[in-house]
Amino acid sequence: MYDFFFVLVPQYFPFLLEGALVTLQLSAFSMVSGIVIGFAVALGRISGSRLLNGILLAYVEIWRDVPLIVQLLVIYFALPSIGISLPGFWAGVLGLSLNLGAYLSEVFRSAIISIDPGQREAGKSIGMSRAMVLKRVTLPQALRIAVPTVGGYFIALLKDSSLVSFISVNELLRNGTVVIANTFRSMEVYMMVAIIYFVMSFVASRLVRMVEQALTPKHQRQKSFLAKTPPADTAMLT
Amino acid sequence: MSQPLLCVQGLHKSFGALKVLRGIDFTVRSGEVAFLIGPSGGGKSTLVRCINFLETPTSGEIVFDGETLCQMRGVRFHQAPERMLRSARSEMPMVFQHFNLFSHRTVLENVIEGPVLVQKRPREEAIEDALRLLGEVGLRDKVDSYPDQLSGGQKQRIAIARALAMHPKLILFDEPTSALDPELVTGILETIRSLADKGMTLVIVTHEMGFARKLADVVHFIADGTIVESGPPDRIFDHPESKRLSGFIKSIIR
Repeated sequence: MYDFFFVLVPQYFPFLLEGALVTLQLSAFSMVSGIVIGFAVALGRISGSRLLNGILLAYVEIWRDVPLIVQLLVIYFALPSIGISLPGFWAGVLGLSLNLGAYLSEVFRSAIISIDPGQREAGKSIGMSRAMVLKRVTLPQALRIAVPTVGGYFIALLKDSSLVSFISVNELLRNGTVVIANTFRSMEVYMMVAIIYFVMSFVASRLVRMVEQALTPKHQRQKSFLAKTPPADTAMLT
Repeated sequence: MSQPLLCVQGLHKSFGALKVLRGIDFTVRSGEVAFLIGPSGGGKSTLVRCINFLETPTSGEIVFDGETLCQMRGVRFHQAPERMLRSARSEMPMVFQHFNLFSHRTVLENVIEGPVLVQKRPREEAIEDALRLLGEVGLRDKVDSYPDQLSGGQKQRIAIARALAMHPKLILFDEPTSALDPELVTGILETIRSLADKGMTLVIVTHEMGFARKLADVVHFIADGTIVESGPPDRIFDHPESKRLSGFIKSIIR
């Protein structure tokens, strides 16, 4: 049987946590800029300009159809040859956020167009401007619809950020690899790495769930998976 | 009599090759209750949607309360700036067939949205006003409910309160009872009647002929994109002049 050698844990754990901190930083920066990009692209695509829509669609397609690892390698290793050279961390943030932005733009766009056009018309018919309708009627509802999906992409991003280890950023996975190189204990180290990823992702998914709940009006909140449909008197008909 | 409140002249609207309105001339005086009736697809809804600029007319002129909202300059259709259209819209809000309440806002928030956001009235004042209007439509106790907790009839009364909160000069109704269960229709019609009794100017697209007959000052019969016949309800319903109208009336009275 394999002999586990857990003495390593106290010794290398702080080093792995340092990597985890970098993972969190990478993810946080990429999430914020991914949201901004995704949101701007979604608004551009529904703006009604065909040219803008075409350009943005090309961006979305290219970024969704090329593997993230290839994008990261291009940004870090290929761009310097045309004079654009970024430190590993920021190359990682750029790659991750452009990738996330492409996906999120589709999430936001579909959430926005799923909102009942009648409500937009109602806003218009009482004299609201296009911007007001967007801000007061469409977006609050669209964002609520988008939150669970966006949250899912965040969790995916947290894990996908491990690919950045390929462009020599000292995040969690790369620090793990370094430890293995020194100890030859891949089983223990990868287990630690896996556990840290799991804990971070799990906490993130609970946070997403809390945000989702906070954005849902009280009467629509689902108490548990087993909750029955609400009693008829609170739902309809008076 | 004074200037008409709303004056529509030579209004055309096409969707691609489909001509929905083919030259509508139509006026509404202050305090008048005008009904638009006619077969489905005849252009009634499109007409009220053009008046509110939810649809952009293809050509023609609309003057509301002395302001020219759109007109022809030579052969070119010219529309007033967006700001002017918005302020006109806020004075002639529309009540829709499917209510179109803001589903993420409470009843009270639905009603004060326009006054606070568009008319920039103080929130406190708007709330006071909204509570009074909700009392008038009999839904004072629903202020904190969300639209999905209400019946269709209640939703439509909230939508009417939302329109009234704008202190409008005219309210447009686009088939306000067509999406309601039959037993809820009467309540809405009563609410509309009480507005008429208070002297509110109303333009109502409806299939409720009995209601039109009782409440209308004038009935316009619209078919194939034109106003075929206009007149007081007795004349329209009892002595139709055109074949088109008498055919329509026969078809609805079974």
